[in-house]
Amino acid sequence: MKEIILKVISQPTVGLEAENIAPKVFACKSSMEIAGLPIYEGNRERRLGDFFDVSGEAGEAEAETRIVIEGDVRLTKRIGQGMRAGEIHIKGSAGMHLGSKMRGGKVTVEGDCEAFCFQEMRGGVVHIKGNAGNYLGSATRGNWRGMRGGTITVDGNAGSEIATFMKGGKIHVKGDCASFAGVHMNKGFIVIDGRAERRIGAEMIGGTIVANEVEAMLAGFKPVETVKAPEIESEKFTGNYKKYSGDHADSRAKGTVWVKIQ
Amino acid sequence: MEIHTDVICPFCGTLCDDIEVHVENGRVMEALNACKLGNAKFMSMNKKNRHIVPMVRGEDGFTETTIEDAVERVARMLVDAKKPLLYGWATTECEAQSVGIELAEEVGGVIDSCASVCHGPSVLAIQDVGFPSVTLGEVKNRADLDIYWGSNPMHAHPRHMSRYSRYPRGYFRERGQQDRTVIVIDVRRTDTAGIADKFLQVSPGDDYELVNAFRTLLNGGDIPDEVAGIAKKDIASALELMKTCQFGMLFFGVGLTMSPGKHRNIDNAISLVVDLNKYTKFNLIPMRGHYNVTGFSEVLTWQSGFPFGVDYTRGYPQYNPGETTSVELLSRGEVDAVFVVGSDPAANFPKKAVEHLAKIPSAVIEPHETPTTYLCDLNIPSAIAGIEVEGTAYRMDNVPIRMRKIMDAPAGLYSDREILEMILLKVREIKNGA
Repeated sequence: MKEIILKVISQPTVGLEAENIAPKVFACKSSMEIAGLPIYEGNRERRLGDFFDVSGEAGEAEAETRIVIEGDVRLTKRIGQGMRAGEIHIKGSAGMHLGSKMRGGKVTVEGDCEAFCFQEMRGGVVHIKGNAGNYLGSATRGNWRGMRGGTITVDGNAGSEIATFMKGGKIHVKGDCASFAGVHMNKGFIVIDGRAERRIGAEMIGGTIVANEVEAMLAGFKPVETVKAPEIESEKFTGNYKKYSGDHADSRAKGTVWVKIQ
Repeated sequence: MEIHTDVICPFCGTLCDDIEVHVENGRVMEALNACKLGNAKFMSMNKKNRHIVPMVRGEDGFTETTIEDAVERVARMLVDAKKPLLYGWATTECEAQSVGIELAEEVGGVIDSCASVCHGPSVLAIQDVGFPSVTLGEVKNRADLDIYWGSNPMHAHPRHMSRYSRYPRGYFRERGQQDRTVIVIDVRRTDTAGIADKFLQVSPGDDYELVNAFRTLLNGGDIPDEVAGIAKKDIASALELMKTCQFGMLFFGVGLTMSPGKHRNIDNAISLVVDLNKYTKFNLIPMRGHYNVTGFSEVLTWQSGFPFGVDYTRGYPQYNPGETTSVELLSRGEVDAVFVVGSDPAANFPKKAVEHLAKIPSAVIEPHETPTTYLCDLNIPSAIAGIEVEGTAYRMDNVPIRMRKIMDAPAGLYSDREILEMILLKVREIKNGA
């Protein structure tokens, strides 16, 4: 796999939209060609080279291309949008819509990622070493079909409304999670190692959530049983877990939430 | 003395259409039938604290300028900006809003209305789960149960209950008040709660939990003895009223859209209304605030496909509230110019957003003195829509109503639409010439 290195040399004033920073677009291009790709600062068309120093070599195909971004790209939106293969490694914090609608490949973020990242993801592997913003792996506005596949691991905390309308895949949050985790969830798997704020699994009609601790359960969740060292979605968990079914606010409720008994 | 009948009141989303205004020598003498708020708006026409020439900020404070100069300055500010924000629009007529949207597209900016800090969450929820709604005429003639949730119409929409819900005699509600039941759900005992048949005091921020409990009980589940500070028996008895009414209405205000959970509160409340339709006819109407905030959503949807927070920077409309809405854009420092039309963000936005607003070039079209007119670099006064200018406005139930002109604007003042057309023309001139 060949590597292209983008080094941040200047920060935009009003944010950038850079869906062109993606393995598919970079493949088969020289670093000169890549530096000439258009990206958008508000309503102005700019060159990628205006904001990044481009070095290295791109692969022959999307799957053979790895993009390394050095520096903070918190104000750069839509990196890796719709990627199907290849790799993106961000050595800093990433902006909104990172990897949205991604279908394959690998994304690693050393810092935090902003809101609306990996929306409607269908495949691939994501590792966020810092914190994730709101709406991680959720559905776009008005859509009732959210994330359908792939795995997202967050080492830090996650914001609110992660995995809205989730239909598949897995999100693992190693820290705490804000309110409405898995709201309107249909299928899929969420594991929260820390504390989940209230309204976890709100209006869920399917899927599974495991949380170490919850602030409160909604009235629509019914305790089913207590299980010692349960095996959930073919993963083993240690300790005693209380199993809830819900959210019975919805008549179609077939979701499950497991909460560890402290 | 001129007597104007059936005048439309340009104040709140109820858009009362039966006001009688007496005008003598350019002064409003009386505004009959109007509530305290509407009356104050009509009577304020007699006050003298109104700019009639554009003001521009220089080194020694504000100085007067001509309309041509002001229009050129706004046009240059918008053309020079990489991402201008065009905000406000809720208190002007649809025709002006339409030109404003064209302007936003022309300059590649973001256009957003007061809905983003008010009933925007209702719109998001409607897009997620649908909108079982009716018009207020049906409410008047048919409704026998009205729920006001997080809304205090006694003070915010004073004639709403007398025209549509609590008191009027309707076709199927011949005895008026005796045929109707009112439930109020709020965090404190408001004056509206004082005239309700049932009041549920929800603990602050727990509205979502209460909707969830209603839906769980409705679907045959069981709930804890107390949810959101309300005893189970009170929740159950309120639910029984909802299930057994003939035609139920849920009116909800900013108490529900802006309490924790925001659009999820509305999403769940809409689902409750949908569930109740298994038992009876049930509908909902958001209690929209400004008289034409609904109209802006309508006009923007015709022209861009989305109801608020539309980003035209890439040349095509993009919509993602939370990213393309005013407070977030300003707080994150993502816009580099602001053009306000008929709104007062300086008084209402969070501190961080207003701080950014103060730093960047800004202009406002506004007939009155407001904190925003003092914060912005340029202020263009305009004729007052609905009183000095005729135009279309949409009532809270999405019914368009033609507003009347009842008096002339002071000499030299243009309507919002005319000013926006001048700016649009100038923008095109600059873009073609430069």
